Amino acid sequence: MTISVQYFAILREQRGLTEERLNTAATTPAALYEELKARHAFSLPSNRIRAAINDEFVAPTALLREGDRVVFIPPVAGG
Amino acid sequence: MFKISSEPFDPASLQRVLAEARAGACVTFEGWVRNHNEGQAVQSLEYEAYAPLAVKEGERILAEAHEKYALLGAVCVHRVGHLRLGDLAVWVGVTAEHRGAAFDACRYIIDEAKARVPIWKKEHYATGSTAWINAATRGEHATPDARPPG
Repeated sequence: MTISVQYFAILREQRGLTEERLNTAATTPAALYEELKARHAFSLPSNRIRAAINDEFVAPTALLREGDRVVFIPPVAGG
Repeated sequence: MFKISSEPFDPASLQRVLAEARAGACVTFEGWVRNHNEGQAVQSLEYEAYAPLAVKEGERILAEAHEKYALLGAVCVHRVGHLRLGDLAVWVGVTAEHRGAAFDACRYIIDEAKARVPIWKKEHYATGSTAWINAATRGEHATPDARPPG
């Protein structure tokens, strides 16, 4: 399945880009994060990351669908 | 109205947006870039937002404030980009008939925005090092029940 992933903040820096399209066998944001964390040595553990699909927060166990745009959200720090 | 702004903005013009004859109270909050954090000398701050979701979540917070408190208006604008010491990073303004609701709602909006809106802050220190705030590898994801101070 082809998914696009957008990166922000510390994940953007650790990945070295802002967006990519990739093929994955992962069926949930949680599984996809683990796959990418292992590949790119992301420092944040999955329990500190939230996920969004197509600009809405989702549970880590939500089902991914072909063409989804996924964002992994590190702990926020506005204000 | 919740907005992400990549340019400096004028609080006075936002306050005029809130003006209306029924309002007896206007409470505003300004978050400024300060020169220190947790013992380190800070030289500047970078803010980054996941804008589409930041605006959605920000609008949800403003709607919650309207449900919880007797408000007439509520506005929040958050900067992104590289900010210098003293720069305005976030502005919240609320109006109500009476001051109690206005104070409470202003506090609610800034606290929830800091805890929930996908905006990130990178501190640049006098030593030359940098750090993404709250991005240590241990700890909880920020939630409305576990707010960092500040």
